[in-house]
Amino acid sequence: MRLLFVALVALALAAAVGLGSTWMTTTRGTELGTLTIGAWTARPRTGTVDIDPYSRATITRNGELPIGTGDGIAFSATTDDRKKPLDGRCDVVVSGVTPAARFWTLSLYDNKGRLVANTLQRYGFTSQEIVRGADGGFEIRVASRSRAGNWLPTGGIERYSLMLRLYDTPVGVATRTKRDAPMPQIATVGCP
Amino acid sequence: MIRLAFTIIAGILLGGVVHLVSVLALPRIATQDAYSRLTPITTLNAVIQLPAADPANTLMPYLDPALAVAVCRYDLSGGPLKLTVPVSQAYTSVSFYTRNELAYYAINDRSAGKKVIELDLMTEAQHSDLPEDEEITAADRLIIDSPSTTGLIVIKALAPEPGLMPQAQATLAASSCSTQVDQPPAKQAEAPRGKR
Repeated sequence: MRLLFVALVALALAAAVGLGSTWMTTTRGTELGTLTIGAWTARPRTGTVDIDPYSRATITRNGELPIGTGDGIAFSATTDDRKKPLDGRCDVVVSGVTPAARFWTLSLYDNKGRLVANTLQRYGFTSQEIVRGADGGFEIRVASRSRAGNWLPTGGIERYSLMLRLYDTPVGVATRTKRDAPMPQIATVGCP
Repeated sequence: MIRLAFTIIAGILLGGVVHLVSVLALPRIATQDAYSRLTPITTLNAVIQLPAADPANTLMPYLDPALAVAVCRYDLSGGPLKLTVPVSQAYTSVSFYTRNELAYYAINDRSAGKKVIELDLMTEAQHSDLPEDEEITAADRLIIDSPSTTGLIVIKALAPEPGLMPQAQATLAASSCSTQVDQPPAKQAEAPRGKR
């Protein structure tokens, strides 16, 4: 009787530990095979057949389709360069240069991966429509109220993520450092 | 006391096994994966355009709002598939996924190097059944082996500005994927080959 009880407790614990850790790793993501440059994180192997089992589980669970390696790569950021979580009520500036690519797009998502509604119907920028400075650099202001220049509205949501997708780019599995892929800076410049 | 410690250790060890098994099994048992989400709105072996990415569109997370996307859900059991995608002005790409969302191949307009991306998709068995005829395996015919019989082909066209979206969608509307009608003759008797 006592042995049965012990076995049941052990099995219940096993189920809780096992499924709990699976849930954790597929919702939060793991550090396996990630490429981190500044505040930006990419998983170059998700677009290949060498994808790790954790990324595969995450992708199928969330219903995403990863960008294939011959197509491009996606970098996402949920914090600024000082590790402060991106807040939709603050003014955040994304500025600088991007790695070599034929096109890039920058878009803003809520924490479920949906675009954020706004009256301007502005959900992101592409490399072609952005207003640049004389040196070719750019500055995008991510804020809830309208701003001059490249304004990306947040809709005032508390947490959001930015995704920079590079299309037709040499950045990929072989990329290791900032020198190969200079990513734009993200800075929170003011909070109400 | 020892019994309690033993129970906890056994539970955690078994939990590790449960964790590994569930992570590896998830791609096969997930019911809300991209293929299942796309199944109701697509037809087999045909190019179907997806609705534009906007906040009301909850089809898939993390859709790029600058892209027009079309999907061809394929099943190769009826024979190889022929895919034709005209190249748009900005950027066009074709990505291939297996039934379990494994991205096994992707090509863009520049690596295709032509005005039209033309591909033949077939299983490895169908590929090895092809006659080794020089006219058929000519250099301009790109053959891709699919690791699974079913899967997804995702065609993307970039609209560099929101105003160019109709143009990108027109590119996708002009693309096609269909089972090959003129089946190349299966391996024939070896007699004609001996004459060469």
